[in-house]
Amino acid sequence: MVGIVIVSHSAQLAAGVVDLVKLIAADCPIAAAGGLEDGSFGTSYERILNAIETVHGEDGVLILMDMGSAVMTTEMVLEDLSYDDIRMADCPVVEGAVAAAAASSAGMSLEEVFREAESAANVKKF
Amino acid sequence: MKAQEVTDIIRAIGKKIEEEKDFLTELDNVIGDGDHGINMARGFQTVLTKLDSLATDDIGNILKTTGMALVSTVGGASGPLYGTAFMKAGALMAGKTDMSVDDFLACLDAAVEGVKMRGRSTQGEKTMLDAMIPALEAMRQAKEEGLDTAEILLKGTQAAEAGVEYTKTIIATKGRASYLGERSIGHQDPGATSFTDMLDTVRLCVSR
Repeated sequence: MVGIVIVSHSAQLAAGVVDLVKLIAADCPIAAAGGLEDGSFGTSYERILNAIETVHGEDGVLILMDMGSAVMTTEMVLEDLSYDDIRMADCPVVEGAVAAAAASSAGMSLEEVFREAESAANVKKF
Repeated sequence: MKAQEVTDIIRAIGKKIEEEKDFLTELDNVIGDGDHGINMARGFQTVLTKLDSLATDDIGNILKTTGMALVSTVGGASGPLYGTAFMKAGALMAGKTDMSVDDFLACLDAAVEGVKMRGRSTQGEKTMLDAMIPALEAMRQAKEEGLDTAEILLKGTQAAEAGVEYTKTIIATKGRASYLGERSIGHQDPGATSFTDMLDTVRLCVSR
């Protein structure tokens, strides 16, 4: 299964998205990388790296970020890692995570999970 | 300029950022998420610790170490942005034990390109680039006119300060401040301000 990482400035937000997703796809490997080590808001290079390593398996990893430094710090982590099976999705974090986890849980490939997450950007609520 | 002087200047920048911490945070409170000063001070605190245990004559190594510490510990957008800036400059200076004015300008050019790439940003979006690019251009011109190092850095600092003033007049289109739209007018950009603090510190150290 494709692993999923949620990167957020807020530890609670990232952990909350992970909890929500587990309700829908309990078997999907998903990890939170939220906040800084001292408990304050921000994005941590170390936490992103560790989260990736936690869920990285033979099917690769999809990363969802909230904004700003979450995007830029994730890019720097990926530049330093030698993996070629990790992608970043440009999508709303909650909707994208649910779509991606459902796809991963269904055994879809990294490319398919990525497309499912990005298509969440176009989903209307009503 | 030798490695020891580069290290001393980075230490002086850390001290300056610590002094300006509250002001930078106050600026960011108005148009951002209010963490620029705190984040930068935390980042440079780690930089200083890393430099303490780094015994090297390689200026590239010093700049790279600085950049990596900023990426790891700042936590906000200025982490990857300044981190990339220092790391790009470090790559340029790899293996060099002496830094000329031309090297410094080449480093700043690499830093500008790095910030543009990392932030997908350009001049006029109310970011640190609005201080960095005018400073680089002014220093290049001053160099061509044959001015000495202190004068070149003075021209650069003045252009950066003018860049900070310019950021008050424009709408933010990048970063958290962009959510404010027109309400961002009238406020100076915290990133442009912290860059100007850094360049002014370089100037003061070199002119001493």
